[in-house]
Amino acid sequence: MGVEIRVEGLTKRFGSQTIWNDVTLTLPAGEISVMLGPSGTGKSVFLKTLVGLLKPDAGSIWIEGRDLTRLREHDLYEVRKLFGVLFQDGALFGSMTLYDNVAFPLREHTKKSESEIRNIVLEKMELVGLQGAENKLPGEISGGMRKRAGLARALVLDPEILLIDEPDSGLDPVRTSYINQLFIDLNAQIDATFLIVTHDINSTRTVPDNIGLLYHKHLAMFGPREMLLSSEEPVVRQFLNAQTIGPIGMSEEKDADELAAESGQELPPLPPIPLQLKTSNGVPRRGERPPGEWCRANGVTPPPGSFESHTAGLTGGGAQGGAARVAGAEADGATAAGAPGSADREGVLS
Amino acid sequence: MSNIAVAALRQSGSLFALVLDVLRALPRRPFQTKEFIQQCWFIASVTIVPTALVSIPFGAVIALQLGTLTRQLGAQSFTGAASVLAVIREASPIVTALLIAGAGGSAICADLGSRKIREEIDAMEVLGISPIHRLVVPRVLAAMLVSLLLNGLVSVVGVAGGYFFNVIIQGGTPGAYIASFTALAQLADLWTSEIKAVIFGFIAAVVASYKGLTAGGGPKGVGDAVNQSVVITFMFLFVVNFVVSAIYFQVVPQKI
Repeated sequence: MGVEIRVEGLTKRFGSQTIWNDVTLTLPAGEISVMLGPSGTGKSVFLKTLVGLLKPDAGSIWIEGRDLTRLREHDLYEVRKLFGVLFQDGALFGSMTLYDNVAFPLREHTKKSESEIRNIVLEKMELVGLQGAENKLPGEISGGMRKRAGLARALVLDPEILLIDEPDSGLDPVRTSYINQLFIDLNAQIDATFLIVTHDINSTRTVPDNIGLLYHKHLAMFGPREMLLSSEEPVVRQFLNAQTIGPIGMSEEKDADELAAESGQELPPLPPIPLQLKTSNGVPRRGERPPGEWCRANGVTPPPGSFESHTAGLTGGGAQGGAARVAGAEADGATAAGAPGSADREGVLS
Repeated sequence: MSNIAVAALRQSGSLFALVLDVLRALPRRPFQTKEFIQQCWFIASVTIVPTALVSIPFGAVIALQLGTLTRQLGAQSFTGAASVLAVIREASPIVTALLIAGAGGSAICADLGSRKIREEIDAMEVLGISPIHRLVVPRVLAAMLVSLLLNGLVSVVGVAGGYFFNVIIQGGTPGAYIASFTALAQLADLWTSEIKAVIFGFIAAVVASYKGLTAGGGPKGVGDAVNQSVVITFMFLFVVNFVVSAIYFQVVPQKI
């Protein structure tokens, strides 16, 4: 059952350059959160700070009553056993086969026999759909497979917290959909707290329970998915809808002139909020909430057409990737658990 | 200007911090025997052949110089003595240093650097394993052991090369050459030489590991790190060589 992470007033600088300032948020136990942000806003730095790889300049990170930023090295290694981290390119050990990579944490940290290790490793490899590739070296397989092998290694010690750095970078839209589905199913299975760092809008709109947006050296907003997707806040609105109109410019912030030039333009209406991705076997996750609950509880009227399909408001390549999905979802009355291909997916995932 | 000075101080500070970390991790169990043996083999395999090839001409050039010098001074009978002294006291540790830094150190740095930029090191830390204990300590110990053995190899090959050039090429007397071996040299020279080699191995491995573990900025960053590690190690080694020699002459009484 996942662990809550409470971040208070976290600040990180490299030299005189502030990466982000005074970030305060709570990642609720067992829920999936996504951290978004334009390129170069220190999303990966945030993730590395959460595991204690980088020391923040101020603030604290509370996990199970311990402040990660003030732990001695020995205790830090202990706390890290709660974590599973999937790095951008999988970060597999290049000299070991996939099997040895996944078995590595077990061999280092447990006294399990080789046959027990073998069972666990094969189970995790199957979970991520890599059965049969045990004896390959990381250099011999594709980026997507490396990512999945990295995920298997991150899962092998049954982590309470899973941190995932850009799962969709370098993956095609179909593989991105598969890996998103995998995260949802995993969350249902192991109940860990998930934090996914990404800038893929389509994944952000459909996967998480909570969304955070890092922008211009601070946390612009953090809250339930529906809160951000229905937000009128200019930065949030611009980023979540991938528009050029808004305060975010090509390099950094737009200057006053640029903003003034835009002031007359009318913003397109907020796109409808899509349904959240369900587990492939239809059993709801512990952190799952009924669609529209937050909006009703807070008296917010969601954009018209919300909560009717899984692809509402998705853009670009992702919409194509999800196109197959929407057809099936509609056939199932838009609420059914499975998306098309869930049959193959079960083959891959369970 | 002050920025450069601060950066340099910071670098040396973190280098010494790594030295302390390595010393602290040394007695930690379990000892990484497999990694240690692999690294010994690896470092030996990249250094043995170049070392032998470098030490033959090194011994030869010393023999040539001394052969001429002793003739000019009228001290031909001491050619062997002087050549052994030069090879064991200075040439052998220096050749070992060059090779252990240039071949061994650069390989260690490139290996750790590429692991660093592939985030393997970060992944290891996140998996709760200290890269210093797991990767750096076995490499440092392996470099020290291989350096010690290489130094023996260089001494033997250097002396043999000197003998060949002095006796065969320059027509010296074999008996006088060998008989004068112990005229000036003593056992303490050999000990000092081996101690130097061990220290050089330690420095080369620590500097290479430090540069590798702090590499950044993609493949080019690794190249830069390797380059810097070799240059920094060379500078360190020559200074340390001088210091150890100076201490040696103060501490050990010389034959007269």
